[in-house]
Amino acid sequence: MITAAVQERANYLTASHGIKSWLLTKDHKRIGLLYLFTITLFFFLGGAFATLIRIELITPQGGIVSSETYNKLFTMHGVAMIFFFLIPSIPATLGNFFLPMMIGARDLAFPRINLLSWYLLVIGGLFSLFAMLAGGVDTGWTFYTPYSTTYSNSWVIATALGIFVAGFSSILTGLNFIVTVHRMRAPGMTWFRMPLFVWANYATSLIQVLGTPVLAVTIVLVFCERVFHIGIFDPALGGDPVLFQHLFWFYSHPAVYIMVLPAMGVLSELISTFSRKPIFGYKLVAFSSVAIAVLGFLVWGHHLFVSTQSVYAGMVFSFLSYFVAIPSAIKVFNWTATLYKGSISYATPMLYAFGFIGLFTIGGLTGLFVASLGIDVHVTDTYFVVAHFHYIMVGGTIMAYLGGLHYWWPKMTGRMYPELWARLSALIIFLGFNLTFFPQFILGYLGMPRRYHVYPPEFQVLHVMSTAGASVLAVGYLMPMVYFVWSLRYGQLAPANPWGATGLEWKTPSPPPLHNFDKTPIVEHEAYDYRPIIGGVPESA
Amino acid sequence: MPSETHEETLALREQFNTEAQQKDASTLGMWIFLITEIMFFGGMFLAYTVYRRWYADVFAVASSSLNVYIGAANTVVLLCSSLTMVLAVRAAQLGNRKAIVWFLILTLLLGGVFLGVKAYEWNEKFVEHHIPGPNFHFEGIAQQGPAQLFFSLYFAMTGLHALHMVIGAGLLIMLIVQAGKGRFSASYMTPVDVVGLYWHFVDIIWIFLFPLLYLIDRHLGK
Repeated sequence: MITAAVQERANYLTASHGIKSWLLTKDHKRIGLLYLFTITLFFFLGGAFATLIRIELITPQGGIVSSETYNKLFTMHGVAMIFFFLIPSIPATLGNFFLPMMIGARDLAFPRINLLSWYLLVIGGLFSLFAMLAGGVDTGWTFYTPYSTTYSNSWVIATALGIFVAGFSSILTGLNFIVTVHRMRAPGMTWFRMPLFVWANYATSLIQVLGTPVLAVTIVLVFCERVFHIGIFDPALGGDPVLFQHLFWFYSHPAVYIMVLPAMGVLSELISTFSRKPIFGYKLVAFSSVAIAVLGFLVWGHHLFVSTQSVYAGMVFSFLSYFVAIPSAIKVFNWTATLYKGSISYATPMLYAFGFIGLFTIGGLTGLFVASLGIDVHVTDTYFVVAHFHYIMVGGTIMAYLGGLHYWWPKMTGRMYPELWARLSALIIFLGFNLTFFPQFILGYLGMPRRYHVYPPEFQVLHVMSTAGASVLAVGYLMPMVYFVWSLRYGQLAPANPWGATGLEWKTPSPPPLHNFDKTPIVEHEAYDYRPIIGGVPESA
Repeated sequence: MPSETHEETLALREQFNTEAQQKDASTLGMWIFLITEIMFFGGMFLAYTVYRRWYADVFAVASSSLNVYIGAANTVVLLCSSLTMVLAVRAAQLGNRKAIVWFLILTLLLGGVFLGVKAYEWNEKFVEHHIPGPNFHFEGIAQQGPAQLFFSLYFAMTGLHALHMVIGAGLLIMLIVQAGKGRFSASYMTPVDVVGLYWHFVDIIWIFLFPLLYLIDRHLGK
């Protein structure tokens, strides 16, 4: 196993020192850590806004904050969480760190552009942070016109500029990943030998590259409209506010898949590693990522069922939305089929993976409810929708993100996290999450609208349950923060391959050397070349 | 340390194994960037399509206030700049260092002429009160709102196009400085190549903008 000599060798963390060596680094691994640090800050910022929202909703009178402040709270919660945490979350941290390693490359194709994209995220984040500190923004994270362009007196422009800049961070990351996957694969690493995490990030990159520019131009138009009153979305001049909604959701629906596709990629790694079996139907899972990326562009109209969109367009969008369920279901079925007769172990990453499967399934199935025209009219803009997308974003993406973080933490830092605490936190997060968001399905179905802080007293019990769940969830999220930091100093030294996994990233020391591999690996096997364990623990490579 | 890492040069950064791999990656990167640009302009073309369909007559009349001859002349200028850009790329392929510099300077000048003419046209619109906003007024049309929409789109689209030209000019200046130092040769000319791709793309956007903005009034038989 590990020897002192191995531990003392130079790795990417010890290759150079000082703050400058981090801020000017071109190493994809260090940039991944920079992203990790940045988005963690935004996660807790967005979490703080969520905390205030949940505290406010304990009582039906809505006495703690004013309506204006409440509008700002849910807007800033959405902006921080979506644009500065969820969109960069898995691709920019785990993807940045592991995508090149998984295909046997020394770095991404464009290391300097990679660093630039981190700076863009930081600059965009500072713009939005400024807007939040200066007085906040109250349009909802969707920035619907004409409220955002004409009537809102909050910091719309600063926030929108922040999102615009952060958008280019996302575009450049996607571009970098696509070129890297096409041009930087190690000898023998054919497309169908790539780990499914790489496939998922590739599909995600396609969306980032094709979708984000549309959001960018929409923000430019909103900006011009607000500053110069040019009228593109202004009904007074014959413009159409619904055109904004089309443009916005043309990006923002696929953006949901930017958030969840990489999570599905993580899941494939976890399920395969911890059941010691190749993924069932590898090619189908790989192609389903691409199918989700493509179909994701054809369903934006389901956000406009009640926005004067023609009913025929609504029917087509409804049908196509059902269609997306197919590749998503393929993944879930194939993961569960992988478990069948697998040598399953219940390490923390696997607990998160199980959590993902359950919660994503609920989120996905309720997605079918809101994709059908009739039910959607009933639950539009209610807590049902809020619960639905939190099951996907928090129950899906964040579960997988945390699962992936635990899985790769030994590789990233060279230290093991404390297993017992980690399992406990996974359990707390799962329970807290369900207690927070399941009551919201019921609330929404009963008619509780989203974005209101005053509500009829009969909803109070469910709201209090939800707030209680949020407190549990907060404890669950704080625990990894503490023990991850603790493990940096006190954690057990990690071997090169603590899980007995097959990916290339495990064939190099933990933490990896500066150029990832001492010798460019030559790939001779399919991904997930696992054999069941017969008696005993797998040997660490 | 790893036996495969090599001395880093411009033509062969340390993450690549061969110069051909690096050139391939850079070119592919630029093509993907151009796809993002298509999507970026695409949002505006969509807005244009919707509103022109709704207000076809107003758009035609509003378009007739743009000077076709100036627009056409400017189109020729831009196409010529694409030609000189191609010649610069060719000179780089042949390793003719002096010719690279001169063709790049010529491209920059033609780009400058285009922007100058554009500025003149915008100024004219300013004088005619065709700038969207409270002072907007377009003679001879009852529907001032949609007429203003046309000019909003006109300024947004040509403005963004001009912004891309300015960025292109910046890139050209950078290339001219580097080419002047003799940085490019037949074996390393990727920057010239990818900036060339970008420059042609910006030209092609104009090829779409020109008819959509200047020529939709032809059936009015002016």
